[in-house]
Amino acid sequence: MILNVITYICIAIGCFFNMMAAIGLHRFPDVYTRLHAGTKCTTFGSIFLIVAVVIQSVNVWVAEGVSSPQSILTLHAVIALVAILLTNPTSAHAIGRAAHRSGVKPARAVVDDLEKEKT
Amino acid sequence: MWLPVAIFLAVCATVILIRLFLGPTPPDRLVGLDTLNTIVVASMVILGMAFNEVIYIDVAIVYALLSFVTTLFIAKYIEKGKF
Repeated sequence: MILNVITYICIAIGCFFNMMAAIGLHRFPDVYTRLHAGTKCTTFGSIFLIVAVVIQSVNVWVAEGVSSPQSILTLHAVIALVAILLTNPTSAHAIGRAAHRSGVKPARAVVDDLEKEKT
Repeated sequence: MWLPVAIFLAVCATVILIRLFLGPTPPDRLVGLDTLNTIVVASMVILGMAFNEVIYIDVAIVYALLSFVTTLFIAKYIEKGKF
């Protein structure tokens, strides 16, 4: 019972942050702020969605005994979570660096330290 | 319990696809693609739990790693203008 409540809270947080990412991609003015919305919010939301899956799956696993096939689903969901956590910030950093070096300037930036460093 | 979440994520992915088509510069489209990849991985894990199929979650792992490599290569292409 309490596990179901925790699962619903995790699903609500995950859906909210994924929706914020989708809205932020349309509301923000340039590449760097869109990167801010698009990668961080989806990483956070996906963490909570997969944690909800893991909680429910562990619940079924405990109910069915140690050698149930649900154990494979649980462990692979954890591996998928680790894959998201490792790859998503790295690709965000690569996109930001590539955008700056290809000549796209921030829309309303006051200080641009990376530009100062290059010259 | 899980299918409405998957439908909601599909709606989010559709909204992100609009940015992918509209995006004025190539890095904008790349940001949209990267966001879409994460949403697809999360919804694949959700669908694997919904239909109780382990193979969907295996596909999600492979999709996450391959989309990471794809994003790195497109970023390198945008940075230099050639591979």
